[in-house]
Amino acid sequence: MADISKEQVKHVANLARLAITDEEVERMTKQLADIINYAELLNELDTDNVKPTTHVLDLKNVMRKDEPREWISKEDALKNAPDQKDGQFRVPSILE
Amino acid sequence: MSNFETVIGLEVHVELKTNSKIFSPAPNAFGSEPNSNVNPIDLGYPGVLPVLNEEAVNYAMKAAMAINCDIATDTKFDRKNYFYPDNPKAYQISQFDQPIGENGYIDIEVNGETKRIGITRLHLEEDAGKLTHNDDGYSLVDYNRQGTPLVEIVSEPDIRTPEEAYAYLEKLKNIIQYTGVSDCKMEEGSLRCDANISIRPIGQKEFGTKTELKNLNSFSFVQKGLEFEEKRQREVLLNGGEILQETRRYDEKTKETILMRVKEGSDDYRYFPEPDLVPLYIDDAWKERIRKEIPELPDARLARYVKDLDLPAYDAGVLTSTIEMSDFFEAAIAAGADPKQASNWLMGEVSAYMNKQQVEITDLKMTPEGLAKMIKLIEDGTISSKMAKKVFAELVENGGDPEKIVKEKGLVQISDEGQLRDIISGILDANEQSIIDYKNGKDKALGFLVGQTMKATKGQANPPMVNKIILEEIDKR
Repeated sequence: MADISKEQVKHVANLARLAITDEEVERMTKQLADIINYAELLNELDTDNVKPTTHVLDLKNVMRKDEPREWISKEDALKNAPDQKDGQFRVPSILE
Repeated sequence: MSNFETVIGLEVHVELKTNSKIFSPAPNAFGSEPNSNVNPIDLGYPGVLPVLNEEAVNYAMKAAMAINCDIATDTKFDRKNYFYPDNPKAYQISQFDQPIGENGYIDIEVNGETKRIGITRLHLEEDAGKLTHNDDGYSLVDYNRQGTPLVEIVSEPDIRTPEEAYAYLEKLKNIIQYTGVSDCKMEEGSLRCDANISIRPIGQKEFGTKTELKNLNSFSFVQKGLEFEEKRQREVLLNGGEILQETRRYDEKTKETILMRVKEGSDDYRYFPEPDLVPLYIDDAWKERIRKEIPELPDARLARYVKDLDLPAYDAGVLTSTIEMSDFFEAAIAAGADPKQASNWLMGEVSAYMNKQQVEITDLKMTPEGLAKMIKLIEDGTISSKMAKKVFAELVENGGDPEKIVKEKGLVQISDEGQLRDIISGILDANEQSIIDYKNGKDKALGFLVGQTMKATKGQANPPMVNKIILEEIDKR
Protein backbone atom coordinates (compact mmCIF):
# COMPACT_ATOMS: atom_id res chain seq x y z
CA MET A 1 0.00 0.00 0.00
CA ALA A 2 1.47 3.31 -1.05
CA ASP A 3 1.36 6.00 1.53
CA ILE A 4 1.11 9.55 0.25
CA SER A 5 1.81 12.38 2.65
CA LYS A 6 0.15 15.76 2.62
CA GLU A 7 3.58 17.29 2.08
CA GLN A 8 4.01 15.28 -1.10
CA VAL A 9 0.65 16.50 -2.36
CA LYS A 10 1.55 20.09 -1.58
CA HIS A 11 4.94 19.63 -3.25
CA VAL A 12 3.39 18.23 -6.41
CA ALA A 13 0.78 20.99 -6.43
CA ASN A 14 3.51 23.56 -6.14
CA LEU A 15 5.48 22.00 -8.99
CA ALA A 16 2.35 22.18 -11.13
CA ARG A 17 1.73 25.76 -9.96
CA LEU A 18 -1.66 24.80 -8.52
CA ALA A 19 -3.08 26.66 -5.55
CA ILE A 20 -5.06 24.15 -3.50
CA THR A 21 -6.95 24.57 -0.24
CA ASP A 22 -6.34 22.53 2.92
CA GLU A 23 -9.56 20.70 2.28
CA GLU A 24 -8.38 19.82 -1.23
CA VAL A 25 -5.08 18.61 0.16
CA GLU A 26 -6.99 16.24 2.45
CA ARG A 27 -9.13 14.91 -0.39
CA MET A 28 -6.34 14.63 -2.92
CA THR A 29 -4.02 12.89 -0.51
CA LYS A 30 -6.53 10.07 -0.33
CA GLN A 31 -7.35 10.16 -4.05
CA LEU A 32 -3.70 10.10 -5.10
CA ALA A 33 -3.02 7.18 -2.80
CA ASP A 34 -5.97 5.30 -4.34
CA ILE A 35 -4.71 5.98 -7.86
CA ILE A 36 -1.19 4.87 -7.07
CA ASN A 37 -2.39 1.78 -5.29
CA TYR A 38 -4.48 0.86 -8.29
CA ALA A 39 -1.52 1.35 -10.63
CA GLU A 40 0.60 -0.75 -8.34
CA LEU A 41 -1.46 -3.77 -9.26
CA LEU A 42 0.88 -3.90 -12.25
CA ASN A 43 3.72 -4.76 -9.91
CA GLU A 44 2.20 -8.20 -9.48
CA LEU A 45 3.53 -9.07 -12.94
CA ASP A 46 7.05 -10.44 -13.15
CA THR A 47 8.84 -8.12 -15.58
CA ASP A 48 12.42 -9.09 -14.74
CA ASN A 49 13.16 -10.20 -18.28
CA VAL A 50 11.08 -7.61 -20.10
CA LYS A 51 12.57 -4.49 -21.66
CA PRO A 52 10.98 -1.28 -20.35
CA THR A 53 8.29 0.09 -22.63
CA THR A 54 9.03 3.70 -23.42
CA HIS A 55 6.26 4.12 -25.94
CA VAL A 56 2.98 2.34 -26.54
CA LEU A 57 3.21 2.46 -30.33
CA ASP A 58 5.29 -0.19 -32.01
CA LEU A 59 7.12 2.37 -34.10
CA LYS A 60 10.65 3.69 -34.16
CA ASN A 61 12.74 6.26 -36.01
CA VAL A 62 9.95 8.52 -37.23
CA MET A 63 11.83 11.46 -38.63
CA ARG A 64 11.62 14.19 -41.21
CA LYS A 65 14.15 15.69 -43.60
CA ASP A 66 16.01 18.81 -42.54
CA GLU A 67 14.04 21.21 -44.72
CA PRO A 68 12.62 24.49 -43.41
CA ARG A 69 8.94 24.94 -44.25
CA GLU A 70 5.68 25.92 -42.61
CA TRP A 71 6.41 28.76 -40.32
CA ILE A 72 4.19 31.66 -39.53
CA SER A 73 4.52 35.41 -39.70
CA LYS A 74 5.69 37.39 -36.74
CA GLU A 75 2.24 38.97 -36.58
CA ASP A 76 0.56 35.58 -36.38
CA ALA A 77 3.08 34.40 -33.82
CA LEU A 78 2.21 37.31 -31.57
CA LYS A 79 -1.53 37.22 -32.24
CA ASN A 80 -2.35 35.28 -29.08
CA ALA A 81 0.22 36.94 -26.86
CA PRO A 82 -1.43 38.33 -23.72
CA ASP A 83 1.04 41.21 -23.92
CA GLN A 84 3.70 42.26 -26.39
CA LYS A 85 6.27 44.93 -27.05
CA ASP A 86 8.69 45.59 -29.92
CA GLY A 87 7.71 42.39 -31.68
CA GLN A 88 8.36 40.29 -28.61
CA PHE A 89 6.23 38.55 -26.03
CA ARG A 90 6.08 40.57 -22.83
CA VAL A 91 6.01 38.67 -19.56
CA PRO A 92 6.35 39.61 -15.88
CA SER A 93 10.03 39.71 -15.02
CA ILE A 94 11.37 36.50 -13.53
CA LEU A 95 14.84 37.54 -12.56
CA GLU A 96 16.71 35.02 -10.49
CA MET B 1 46.34 25.96 -3.82
CA SER B 2 48.20 24.49 -0.93
CA ASN B 3 46.42 21.83 1.12
CA PHE B 4 43.34 21.90 -1.10
CA GLU B 5 42.60 20.24 -4.39
CA THR B 6 40.18 21.80 -6.86
CA VAL B 7 37.63 19.67 -8.69
CA ILE B 8 35.92 21.11 -11.76
CA GLY B 9 33.29 19.69 -14.10
CA LEU B 10 31.95 21.56 -17.12
CA GLU B 11 28.60 21.48 -18.85
CA VAL B 12 28.76 22.77 -22.37
CA HIS B 13 25.77 23.45 -24.61
CA VAL B 14 26.37 23.54 -28.34
CA GLU B 15 23.73 24.57 -30.90
CA LEU B 16 23.67 22.44 -34.03
CA LYS B 17 23.52 24.30 -37.32
CA THR B 18 20.81 22.35 -39.06
CA ASN B 19 18.60 24.17 -41.56
CA SER B 20 15.43 23.64 -39.54
CA LYS B 21 14.60 23.12 -35.90
CA ILE B 22 14.79 19.83 -34.07
CA PHE B 23 11.07 19.19 -33.65
CA SER B 24 9.46 21.71 -36.01
CA PRO B 25 10.12 22.64 -39.63
CA ALA B 26 10.68 26.33 -38.80
CA PRO B 27 14.05 27.71 -39.94
CA ASN B 28 17.01 27.52 -37.60
CA ALA B 29 18.86 30.81 -38.02
CA PHE B 30 20.69 33.28 -35.84
CA GLY B 31 20.09 37.00 -36.00
CA SER B 32 16.62 37.08 -37.55
CA GLU B 33 13.96 39.55 -36.49
CA PRO B 34 12.46 38.43 -33.15
CA ASN B 35 9.71 35.81 -33.41
CA SER B 36 9.98 35.54 -37.19
CA ASN B 37 11.27 31.92 -37.22
CA VAL B 38 8.56 30.23 -35.21
CA ASN B 39 5.64 27.96 -35.86
CA PRO B 40 2.85 26.61 -33.63
CA ILE B 41 5.03 23.67 -32.51
CA ASP B 42 7.68 26.04 -31.18
CA LEU B 43 5.00 28.11 -29.48
CA GLY B 44 3.54 25.06 -27.78
CA TYR B 45 0.04 25.40 -29.17
CA PRO B 46 -2.48 22.76 -28.09
CA GLY B 47 -2.66 19.74 -30.37
CA VAL B 48 0.65 20.16 -32.16
CA LEU B 49 3.05 17.26 -32.46
CA PRO B 50 6.84 17.35 -32.69
CA VAL B 51 8.56 15.40 -35.47
CA LEU B 52 12.25 14.67 -35.09
CA ASN B 53 14.71 16.22 -37.56
CA GLU B 54 16.96 13.39 -38.79
CA GLU B 55 19.89 15.70 -39.38
CA ALA B 56 19.88 16.81 -35.73
CA VAL B 57 20.41 13.16 -34.75
CA ASN B 58 23.17 12.79 -37.34
CA TYR B 59 24.93 15.91 -36.06
CA ALA B 60 24.64 14.84 -32.43
CA MET B 61 26.09 11.44 -33.32
CA LYS B 62 28.92 13.07 -35.22
CA ALA B 63 29.78 15.33 -32.27
CA ALA B 64 29.56 12.39 -29.85
CA MET B 65 31.84 10.24 -32.00
CA ALA B 66 34.36 13.05 -32.38
CA ILE B 67 34.72 13.18 -28.59
CA ASN B 68 35.11 9.41 -28.42
CA CYS B 69 31.70 8.56 -26.96
CA ASP B 70 29.98 5.19 -27.24
CA ILE B 71 26.86 5.69 -29.34
CA ALA B 72 23.58 4.39 -27.96
CA THR B 73 21.71 1.78 -29.97
CA ASP B 74 18.40 2.26 -28.17
CA THR B 75 17.70 5.84 -27.29
CA LYS B 76 14.72 8.11 -26.76
CA PHE B 77 13.60 11.53 -25.68
CA ASP B 78 12.25 12.57 -22.29
CA ARG B 79 10.24 15.44 -20.94
CA LYS B 80 11.90 17.75 -18.48
CA ASN B 81 9.18 19.74 -16.74
CA TYR B 82 9.71 23.31 -15.60
CA PHE B 83 7.90 26.62 -15.70
CA TYR B 84 9.82 29.46 -17.20
CA PRO B 85 8.72 31.84 -19.96
CA ASP B 86 11.66 30.90 -22.20
CA ASN B 87 9.79 27.68 -22.98
CA PRO B 88 6.09 28.02 -23.80
CA LYS B 89 5.37 24.29 -23.48
CA ALA B 90 6.40 24.33 -19.80
CA TYR B 91 8.65 21.37 -20.60
CA GLN B 92 11.82 20.85 -22.55
CA ILE B 93 12.23 17.80 -24.73
CA SER B 94 15.58 16.39 -23.68
CA GLN B 95 17.21 13.04 -22.98
CA PHE B 96 17.40 11.61 -19.48
CA ASP B 97 18.60 8.04 -19.04
CA GLN B 98 19.51 7.11 -22.62
CA PRO B 99 21.75 9.86 -24.01
CA ILE B 100 23.01 9.50 -27.59
CA GLY B 101 26.62 9.39 -26.42
CA GLU B 102 28.35 8.22 -23.23
CA ASN B 103 31.83 7.48 -21.88
CA GLY B 104 33.86 9.75 -24.13
CA TYR B 105 37.04 11.74 -23.57
CA ILE B 106 39.23 14.43 -25.03
CA ASP B 107 42.94 14.98 -24.52
CA ILE B 108 44.09 18.43 -23.51
CA GLU B 109 47.55 19.87 -23.20
CA VAL B 110 48.53 22.11 -20.29
CA ASN B 111 52.10 23.20 -19.58
CA GLY B 112 53.45 20.72 -22.09
CA GLU B 113 51.65 17.77 -20.54
CA THR B 114 48.80 15.81 -22.05
CA LYS B 115 45.85 15.01 -19.83
CA ARG B 116 42.73 13.01 -20.62
CA ILE B 117 39.42 14.53 -19.52
CA GLY B 118 36.49 12.12 -19.42
CA ILE B 119 33.13 12.96 -20.94
CA THR B 120 30.19 11.54 -19.04
CA ARG B 121 27.58 12.06 -21.69
CA LEU B 122 26.36 13.96 -24.71
CA HIS B 123 22.62 14.27 -25.12
CA LEU B 124 20.33 15.90 -27.63
CA GLU B 125 17.64 18.41 -26.65
CA GLU B 126 15.89 21.56 -27.77
CA ASP B 127 17.06 25.07 -26.99
CA ALA B 128 14.69 27.55 -25.35
CA GLY B 129 13.70 31.07 -26.34
CA LYS B 130 15.71 34.13 -25.42
CA LEU B 131 14.66 36.42 -22.60
CA THR B 132 15.67 40.04 -22.35
CA HIS B 133 15.20 41.42 -18.86
CA ASN B 134 14.12 45.02 -18.60
CA ASP B 135 14.15 47.34 -15.62
CA ASP B 136 10.41 47.98 -15.80
CA GLY B 137 9.46 44.70 -14.16
CA TYR B 138 8.89 42.95 -17.47
CA SER B 139 10.91 40.69 -19.69
CA LEU B 140 10.70 40.32 -23.46
CA VAL B 141 10.75 36.91 -25.11
CA ASP B 142 11.98 36.02 -28.58
CA TYR B 143 11.12 32.43 -29.51
CA ASN B 144 13.35 32.20 -32.60
CA ARG B 145 15.82 30.10 -30.63
CA GLN B 146 13.10 27.84 -29.26
CA GLY B 147 13.57 24.40 -30.81
CA THR B 148 17.12 24.93 -32.07
CA PRO B 149 18.84 21.55 -31.80
CA LEU B 150 21.21 21.55 -28.89
CA VAL B 151 23.67 19.04 -27.49
CA GLU B 152 24.70 19.14 -23.86
CA ILE B 153 28.18 17.78 -23.19
CA VAL B 154 28.94 16.95 -19.58
CA SER B 155 32.52 16.35 -18.50
CA GLU B 156 33.64 14.07 -15.71
CA PRO B 157 34.95 15.94 -12.64
CA ASP B 158 38.47 15.36 -13.99
CA ILE B 159 39.51 18.99 -14.33
CA ARG B 160 41.80 20.20 -11.56
CA THR B 161 42.67 23.79 -12.42
CA PRO B 162 40.96 26.77 -14.09
CA GLU B 163 43.71 26.59 -16.70
CA GLU B 164 42.72 23.01 -17.53
CA ALA B 165 39.11 24.16 -17.81
CA TYR B 166 40.19 26.73 -20.39
CA ALA B 167 42.21 24.16 -22.32
CA TYR B 168 39.27 21.72 -22.25
CA LEU B 169 36.91 24.34 -23.69
CA GLU B 170 39.36 25.34 -26.42
CA LYS B 171 39.87 21.73 -27.40
CA LEU B 172 36.19 20.83 -27.31
CA LYS B 173 35.30 23.85 -29.42
CA ASN B 174 38.06 23.03 -31.88
CA ILE B 175 36.93 19.40 -32.28
CA ILE B 176 33.26 20.32 -32.70
CA GLN B 177 34.16 22.98 -35.27
CA TYR B 178 36.16 20.41 -37.25
CA THR B 179 33.08 18.16 -37.41
CA GLY B 180 31.15 21.08 -38.91
CA VAL B 181 28.02 20.54 -36.80
CA SER B 182 28.25 23.92 -35.05
CA ASP B 183 29.92 27.31 -35.33
CA CYS B 184 30.60 27.25 -31.58
CA LYS B 185 30.39 31.03 -31.35
CA MET B 186 30.15 32.03 -27.73
CA GLU B 187 29.28 35.60 -28.69
CA GLU B 188 26.22 34.35 -30.58
CA GLY B 189 25.35 31.82 -27.91
CA SER B 190 25.93 28.77 -30.11
CA LEU B 191 28.36 27.56 -27.41
CA ARG B 192 27.55 28.14 -23.76
CA CYS B 193 29.23 26.90 -20.61
CA ASP B 194 28.32 26.33 -16.97
CA ALA B 195 30.98 25.27 -14.50
CA ASN B 196 30.76 23.21 -11.32
CA ILE B 197 33.56 23.67 -8.82
CA SER B 198 34.40 22.34 -5.40
CA ILE B 199 37.55 21.99 -3.33
CA ARG B 200 38.63 19.31 -0.89
CA PRO B 201 41.58 18.76 1.41
CA ILE B 202 44.31 16.90 -0.48
CA GLY B 203 43.94 13.19 0.16
CA GLN B 204 40.20 13.34 0.86
CA LYS B 205 38.20 11.01 -1.37
CA GLU B 206 34.77 12.59 -1.12
CA PHE B 207 34.06 15.68 -3.16
CA GLY B 208 33.44 18.94 -1.36
CA THR B 209 30.15 20.80 -1.78
CA LYS B 210 30.09 22.33 -5.24
CA THR B 211 28.89 25.64 -6.51
CA GLU B 212 27.67 26.23 -10.04
CA LEU B 213 28.90 29.18 -12.06
CA LYS B 214 26.69 30.77 -14.69
CA ASN B 215 26.87 33.80 -16.97
CA LEU B 216 30.30 32.83 -18.27
CA ASN B 217 30.42 34.68 -21.57
CA SER B 218 33.90 33.77 -22.75
CA PHE B 219 36.47 31.06 -22.11
CA SER B 220 38.66 33.52 -20.25
CA PHE B 221 35.73 34.49 -18.03
CA VAL B 222 35.27 30.78 -17.26
CA GLN B 223 38.89 30.64 -16.18
CA LYS B 224 38.69 33.89 -14.20
CA GLY B 225 35.41 32.94 -12.55
CA LEU B 226 36.84 29.59 -11.49
CA GLU B 227 40.01 31.24 -10.19
CA PHE B 228 37.94 33.60 -8.08
CA GLU B 229 35.69 30.82 -6.87
CA GLU B 230 38.47 28.47 -5.80
CA LYS B 231 40.01 31.30 -3.79
CA ARG B 232 36.65 32.22 -2.26
CA GLN B 233 35.86 28.64 -1.27
CA ARG B 234 39.31 28.22 0.24
CA GLU B 235 38.91 31.35 2.35
CA VAL B 236 35.47 30.25 3.53
CA LEU B 237 36.78 26.85 4.58
CA LEU B 238 39.94 28.20 6.19
CA ASN B 239 37.80 30.57 8.23
CA GLY B 240 35.75 27.68 9.52
CA GLY B 241 32.81 28.39 7.24
CA GLU B 242 30.73 26.07 5.13
CA ILE B 243 30.29 25.98 1.34
CA LEU B 244 26.63 26.01 0.37
CA GLN B 245 25.33 24.37 -2.75
CA GLU B 246 24.48 27.47 -4.70
CA THR B 247 24.39 29.01 -8.13
CA ARG B 248 26.69 31.96 -8.62
CA ARG B 249 27.04 34.43 -11.44
CA TYR B 250 30.36 35.79 -12.70
CA ASP B 251 30.43 39.56 -12.81
CA GLU B 252 32.77 40.73 -15.56
CA LYS B 253 33.18 44.20 -14.07
CA THR B 254 34.05 43.33 -10.48
CA LYS B 255 35.69 40.02 -11.53
CA GLU B 256 33.82 38.32 -8.70
CA THR B 257 31.24 35.59 -8.46
CA ILE B 258 27.93 36.73 -7.00
CA LEU B 259 25.28 34.58 -5.36
CA MET B 260 22.22 34.01 -7.55
CA ARG B 261 20.36 31.45 -5.48
CA VAL B 262 20.92 28.73 -2.94
CA LYS B 263 19.86 25.30 -4.15
CA GLU B 264 17.57 23.54 -1.74
CA GLY B 265 17.43 19.86 -2.55
CA SER B 266 17.84 18.57 -6.06
CA ASP B 267 15.84 19.99 -8.93
CA ASP B 268 12.53 18.26 -9.42
CA TYR B 269 12.05 18.05 -13.17
CA ARG B 270 9.87 14.92 -13.11
CA TYR B 271 11.40 13.44 -16.25
CA PHE B 272 9.34 10.90 -18.13
CA PRO B 273 9.52 9.40 -21.63
CA GLU B 274 8.24 11.88 -24.21
CA PRO B 275 4.92 10.41 -25.35
CA ASP B 276 4.83 12.52 -28.53
CA LEU B 277 7.98 10.96 -29.97
CA VAL B 278 8.67 7.32 -30.70
CA PRO B 279 11.99 5.73 -29.67
CA LEU B 280 15.13 5.87 -31.77
CA TYR B 281 16.98 2.77 -32.82
CA ILE B 282 20.47 3.49 -34.13
CA ASP B 283 21.78 0.42 -35.91
CA ASP B 284 25.39 -0.26 -36.85
CA ALA B 285 24.88 0.76 -40.47
CA TRP B 286 23.65 4.19 -39.40
CA LYS B 287 26.56 4.60 -36.98
CA GLU B 288 29.05 3.57 -39.66
CA ARG B 289 27.59 5.97 -42.18
CA ILE B 290 28.06 8.87 -39.77
CA ARG B 291 31.50 7.73 -38.66
CA LYS B 292 32.66 7.89 -42.28
CA GLU B 293 31.53 11.51 -42.52
CA ILE B 294 33.78 12.67 -39.68
CA PRO B 295 36.71 14.55 -41.17
CA GLU B 296 40.28 14.34 -39.93
CA LEU B 297 40.21 15.82 -36.40
CA PRO B 298 42.78 18.26 -34.93
CA ASP B 299 44.88 15.69 -33.06
CA ALA B 300 45.23 13.54 -36.17
CA ARG B 301 46.08 16.57 -38.30
CA LEU B 302 48.65 17.76 -35.82
CA ALA B 303 50.32 14.35 -35.79
CA ARG B 304 50.35 14.24 -39.58
CA TYR B 305 51.91 17.72 -39.88
CA VAL B 306 54.71 16.62 -37.57
CA LYS B 307 55.26 13.23 -39.16
CA ASP B 308 54.68 13.85 -42.85
CA LEU B 309 55.42 17.55 -43.21
CA ASP B 310 58.29 17.76 -40.70
CA LEU B 311 56.77 20.71 -38.90
CA PRO B 312 57.70 21.35 -35.25
CA ALA B 313 54.96 20.17 -32.86
CA TYR B 314 54.41 23.74 -31.67
CA ASP B 315 53.82 25.02 -35.22
CA ALA B 316 51.52 22.09 -36.00
CA GLY B 317 49.58 22.91 -32.83
CA VAL B 318 49.09 26.53 -33.83
CA LEU B 319 48.07 25.62 -37.39
CA THR B 320 45.47 23.09 -36.22
CA SER B 321 44.10 25.24 -33.39
CA THR B 322 41.21 26.35 -35.58
CA ILE B 323 39.70 24.56 -38.54
CA GLU B 324 39.82 27.78 -40.57
CA MET B 325 43.57 28.15 -40.13
CA SER B 326 44.18 24.49 -40.78
CA ASP B 327 42.01 24.42 -43.91
CA PHE B 328 43.79 27.51 -45.22
CA PHE B 329 47.14 25.82 -44.68
CA GLU B 330 45.91 22.61 -46.35
CA ALA B 331 44.70 24.57 -49.37
CA ALA B 332 47.99 26.49 -49.61
CA ILE B 333 50.11 23.35 -49.68
CA ALA B 334 47.65 21.73 -52.09
CA ALA B 335 48.34 24.75 -54.34
CA GLY B 336 52.05 23.92 -54.22
CA ALA B 337 53.35 25.97 -51.30
CA ASP B 338 56.28 24.60 -49.33
CA PRO B 339 54.72 23.47 -46.00
CA LYS B 340 57.42 25.02 -43.85
CA GLN B 341 57.19 28.35 -45.70
CA ALA B 342 53.39 28.34 -45.62
CA SER B 343 53.50 27.59 -41.92
CA ASN B 344 55.96 30.42 -41.27
CA TRP B 345 53.84 32.93 -43.14
CA LEU B 346 50.62 31.85 -41.46
CA MET B 347 52.12 31.90 -37.98
CA GLY B 348 54.07 35.10 -38.59
CA GLU B 349 52.84 37.83 -40.92
CA VAL B 350 49.32 36.46 -41.44
CA SER B 351 48.61 36.00 -37.73
CA ALA B 352 50.11 39.40 -36.95
CA TYR B 353 47.84 41.01 -39.54
CA MET B 354 44.78 39.17 -38.21
CA ASN B 355 45.55 40.26 -34.65
CA LYS B 356 46.15 43.84 -35.64
CA GLN B 357 42.99 44.10 -37.74
CA GLN B 358 40.94 41.88 -35.41
CA VAL B 359 39.78 39.72 -38.32
CA GLU B 360 39.49 36.01 -38.90
CA ILE B 361 41.42 34.16 -41.56
CA THR B 362 38.18 33.63 -43.49
CA ASP B 363 37.80 37.44 -43.70
CA LEU B 364 41.08 37.85 -45.56
CA LYS B 365 41.09 38.85 -49.22
CA MET B 366 44.20 36.73 -49.69
CA THR B 367 43.43 33.20 -50.85
CA PRO B 368 45.50 30.11 -50.01
CA GLU B 369 46.41 29.95 -53.71
CA GLY B 370 47.64 33.56 -53.52
CA LEU B 371 49.87 32.75 -50.58
CA ALA B 372 51.19 29.66 -52.35
CA LYS B 373 52.02 31.67 -55.45
CA MET B 374 53.81 34.34 -53.45
CA ILE B 375 55.90 31.68 -51.70
CA LYS B 376 56.84 30.23 -55.07
CA LEU B 377 57.95 33.66 -56.31
CA ILE B 378 60.29 33.90 -53.32
CA GLU B 379 61.60 30.40 -53.86
CA ASP B 380 62.41 30.86 -57.53
CA GLY B 381 64.17 34.15 -56.78
CA THR B 382 61.70 36.38 -58.60
CA ILE B 383 61.31 38.45 -55.45
CA SER B 384 63.44 38.83 -52.35
CA SER B 385 61.96 38.18 -48.93
CA LYS B 386 62.08 41.93 -48.37
CA MET B 387 59.99 42.50 -51.51
CA ALA B 388 57.71 39.71 -50.38
CA LYS B 389 56.67 41.82 -47.41
CA LYS B 390 55.47 44.51 -49.83
CA VAL B 391 53.69 41.94 -51.96
CA PHE B 392 52.13 40.44 -48.84
CA ALA B 393 50.89 43.83 -47.61
CA GLU B 394 49.05 44.31 -50.91
CA LEU B 395 47.90 40.69 -51.12
CA VAL B 396 46.47 40.50 -47.63
CA GLU B 397 44.74 43.86 -47.92
CA ASN B 398 43.28 43.60 -51.42
CA GLY B 399 43.84 40.06 -52.62
CA GLY B 400 44.72 39.45 -56.24
CA ASP B 401 47.45 37.66 -58.11
CA PRO B 402 50.93 37.96 -56.55
CA GLU B 403 52.57 37.91 -59.99
CA LYS B 404 50.50 40.89 -61.07
CA ILE B 405 51.28 42.73 -57.85
CA VAL B 406 54.98 42.13 -58.41
CA LYS B 407 54.77 43.57 -61.93
CA GLU B 408 52.56 46.53 -60.99
CA LYS B 409 54.83 47.53 -58.16
CA GLY B 410 57.93 47.00 -60.28
CA LEU B 411 59.22 44.60 -57.66
CA VAL B 412 60.87 42.08 -59.92
CA GLN B 413 64.20 41.12 -58.51
CA ILE B 414 67.30 41.59 -60.64
CA SER B 415 69.00 38.22 -60.65
CA ASP B 416 70.79 38.60 -63.96
CA GLU B 417 74.46 38.13 -63.11
CA GLY B 418 75.86 40.16 -65.99
CA GLN B 419 73.56 43.07 -65.31
CA LEU B 420 74.42 43.05 -61.61
CA ARG B 421 78.14 42.79 -62.33
CA ASP B 422 77.99 45.92 -64.53
CA ILE B 423 76.17 47.90 -61.87
CA ILE B 424 78.53 46.72 -59.14
CA SER B 425 81.64 47.55 -61.22
CA GLY B 426 80.40 51.12 -61.51
CA ILE B 427 79.78 51.36 -57.79
CA LEU B 428 83.21 49.96 -56.93
CA ASP B 429 84.84 52.47 -59.33
CA ALA B 430 83.11 55.29 -57.51
CA ASN B 431 83.96 54.05 -54.03
CA GLU B 432 87.63 53.10 -54.05
CA GLN B 433 88.06 54.15 -50.43
CA SER B 434 85.52 51.52 -49.35
CA ILE B 435 87.48 48.82 -51.10
CA ILE B 436 90.62 49.89 -49.25
CA ASP B 437 88.71 50.00 -45.96
CA TYR B 438 87.30 46.52 -46.54
CA LYS B 439 90.74 45.14 -47.35
CA ASN B 440 91.96 46.71 -44.08
CA GLY B 441 89.42 44.66 -42.17
CA LYS B 442 86.52 47.09 -41.95
CA ASP B 443 83.55 44.78 -42.60
CA LYS B 444 81.19 47.73 -42.45
CA ALA B 445 82.50 48.86 -45.82
CA LEU B 446 80.97 45.81 -47.44
CA GLY B 447 77.58 46.71 -46.03
CA PHE B 448 77.96 50.19 -47.48
CA LEU B 449 78.71 48.80 -50.95
CA VAL B 450 75.74 46.44 -50.78
CA GLY B 451 73.59 49.38 -49.74
CA GLN B 452 74.80 51.45 -52.67
CA THR B 453 73.97 48.60 -55.04
CA MET B 454 70.49 48.20 -53.61
CA LYS B 455 69.99 51.94 -53.90
CA ALA B 456 71.13 51.93 -57.52
CA THR B 457 68.69 49.11 -58.31
CA LYS B 458 65.83 50.59 -56.27
CA GLY B 459 66.05 47.59 -53.96
CA GLN B 460 65.48 45.14 -56.76
CA ALA B 461 68.87 43.45 -56.79
CA ASN B 462 68.99 39.89 -55.51
CA PRO B 463 70.77 40.39 -52.15
CA PRO B 464 72.70 37.10 -51.91
CA MET B 465 73.97 37.61 -55.48
CA VAL B 466 74.98 41.19 -54.76
CA ASN B 467 77.05 40.02 -51.80
CA LYS B 468 78.70 37.34 -53.79
CA ILE B 469 79.53 39.52 -56.81
CA ILE B 470 80.89 42.39 -54.71
CA LEU B 471 83.31 40.03 -52.95
CA GLU B 472 84.41 38.52 -56.25
CA GLU B 473 84.96 41.96 -57.81
CA ILE B 474 86.92 43.23 -54.80
CA ASP B 475 89.16 40.19 -55.01
CA LYS B 476 89.93 41.00 -58.63
CA ARG B 477 91.14 44.49 -57.78
